[in-house]
Amino acid sequence: MADLRTNIGGLELRNPVITASGTFGYGIEFEDVVELHRIGGIVMKGTTYEPRQGNDYPRMAETACGMLNCVGLQNRGVMYFAENIYPRIRKIDSRMIVNVSGSSPEDYARCAAVVDSLDDIPAIELNISCPNVRDGGMAFGVTTEGAASVVRAVRKAYRKTLIVKLSPNVTDIVSIARAVEAEGADSVSLINTLMGTAIDIEKRRRMLSIGTGGLSGPCIKPVALRMVCQVAHAVDIPVIGLGGICSAADAIEFIMAGASAVEIGTANFLDPAVSVKVVDGIDEWLDSHDVASVRDIIGVAE
Amino acid sequence: MAVRKHIRDLTVRSGEYIGERFVLLKCTDENAPLPPMLPGQFAQLRVDGSKTTFLRRPVSINYVDTSDNEVWFLIQIVGDGSRALARLKSGDSLNALLPLGHGFTMPRGQSDSYLLVGGGVGVAPLLFLGDRIREMGGSPSFLLGARTSEMLLEKDMFRSLGNVYITTEDGTEGERGFVTHHSVWRERRFDMISVCGPSPMMKAVARKACDMDMPCEVSLENMMACGMGACLCCVEKTVRGNVCVCTEGPVFDVKELNW
Ligand SMILES: Cc1cc2nc3c(=O)[nH]c(=O)nc-3n(C[C@H](O)[C@H](O)[C@H](O)COP(=O)(O)OP(=O)(O)OC[C@H]3O[C@@H](n4cnc5c(N)ncnc54)[C@H](O)[C@@H]3O)c2cc1C
Ligand SMILES: Cc1cc2nc3c(=O)[nH]c(=O)nc-3n(C[C@H](O)[C@H](O)[C@H](O)COP(=O)(O)O)c2cc1C
Ligand code: FES
Repeated sequence: MADLRTNIGGLELRNPVITASGTFGYGIEFEDVVELHRIGGIVMKGTTYEPRQGNDYPRMAETACGMLNCVGLQNRGVMYFAENIYPRIRKIDSRMIVNVSGSSPEDYARCAAVVDSLDDIPAIELNISCPNVRDGGMAFGVTTEGAASVVRAVRKAYRKTLIVKLSPNVTDIVSIARAVEAEGADSVSLINTLMGTAIDIEKRRRMLSIGTGGLSGPCIKPVALRMVCQVAHAVDIPVIGLGGICSAADAIEFIMAGASAVEIGTANFLDPAVSVKVVDGIDEWLDSHDVASVRDIIGVAE
Repeated sequence: MAVRKHIRDLTVRSGEYIGERFVLLKCTDENAPLPPMLPGQFAQLRVDGSKTTFLRRPVSINYVDTSDNEVWFLIQIVGDGSRALARLKSGDSLNALLPLGHGFTMPRGQSDSYLLVGGGVGVAPLLFLGDRIREMGGSPSFLLGARTSEMLLEKDMFRSLGNVYITTEDGTEGERGFVTHHSVWRERRFDMISVCGPSPMMKAVARKACDMDMPCEVSLENMMACGMGACLCCVEKTVRGNVCVCTEGPVFDVKELNW
């Protein structure tokens, strides 16, 4: 047994494997098939201050080694979460993290303030990078000023670990990572989905209801890995890497690229128990290579 | 009723073509009893033999033979995923996440009369439903529709469970036309109409059932990624707003739907 503990900006995880927002529900959906206490952390569904209906169906299209989605942040609002869902998930023995979205810096801050009062939620992940909603979302994540303004507002309202999730749909992700670090983010996670589209040639129509969607899955891994390398070199706060991770080997690549922890998204749809298998696989790799702690391989790739 | 979800490596006992476009897979779990399953629930099948298929494929539970520890899947070949599933042979392994979703409302008493209406491969969940209604002492009737006689699936199995009414679009078997044209609608009333098939057909049957003031449930086939309520990709608009077909459905009371 290697030491798998890791730290993401003031928050210790028992291992570096976290499930990604929008792909693992609130965790409870998976309790029949996964030992949730063996996962390092669970980032729950995107949550906003006001309830949202999300986009129309169809919201998904399969692609080569991946998928596009345009769910659009469907959720019942943070008050509903606090009153009805939080009581059911607070007993889960993993780090339960809320993924927060909004349409203005104040909207993000209002939502974060509600989550701040929930004792068993030790961190939030700010989604400034959702490609599927018109008002806000990614709009903030694509400029340094936009990103900074959201983090500044939230930092005033939220005292615990603040993770900021970055969009890959930008020309210079490093400058945005630096901007959110300067505003007091404890950690950055990257990447969110890449904007894409797909066309049904028989219907001569785009497959997703809003035309475009976010691409995820193994097909985005090389892009994600490159961005994690760049950002990890540029900031001092811990980096959480994600994008296409399906196996322990994938996860170790991200860790060697500089990630202190990883998130697993779309792969949960292929194998709902994948996160625990990745934990075991990292442990085995470390043991077989005589590495005492996962922290010893963070950023070692030359 | 909530039943526990499982991930199982099933073993294929047989994979039999029915005509050129349909395959009946009979599977077992060699290591454990299959989990309890309810009519209308489905499985997410992992597709291993296809380079172009990424996600699992949702397929209804066609039949469960508890005494033989066997579960059946009736699959129409429409694309690469179903084609790869159709290639499975006796002895092959099939990874399944099951049972998923919320099934059909079962009869409250033995005397409840059910009409199970199926179109094409949509008959799949109705065999299991009919069998369980029979087991509870009821006598289900079936109204099966297809384009042509050869596309009527599992006809003999249905006949062993109850009355079978048939329509074909080309008149090669039963009454000519669509299921909604069948004379049984003029002759009998039912306590419940349970429907699965192409969506225009389900809408037509739902309208008929509403006009005749009979309760009606339909099984939807929205595109799915996770199949367990995590991704929110499979939503249907209902009177309660957008809901996930994979967890709140796939079976819905038509009164809940915005049809
Ligand atoms: C709850 C549920 C139960 C189902 N039960 C059965 C069953 O018992 N037997 C059976 O043969 N099929 C069933 N289906 C439909 C089946 O899942 C699709 O036919 C299958 O996913 C197509 O995969 P493919 O790779 O062969 O085709 P693809 O190449 O993915 O697609 C071929 C065509 O099928 C359509 N399609 C793809 N996915 C779906 C889908 N989920 N629903 C409807 N159309 C789709 C596509 O739009 C396309 O036009 C069910 C679907 C759901 C949601
Ligand atoms: C269906 C779906 C829904 C998602 N919803 C959210 C969300 O609400 N908030 C968020 O920050 N990211 C969301 N994401 C993005 C994922 O968390 C992740 O960043 C992305 O999918 C890349 O990782 P992957 O390739 O491992 O899936 C969603 C992704 C998918 C596929
Ligand atoms: S398919 Fe993912 S929520 Fe229904």
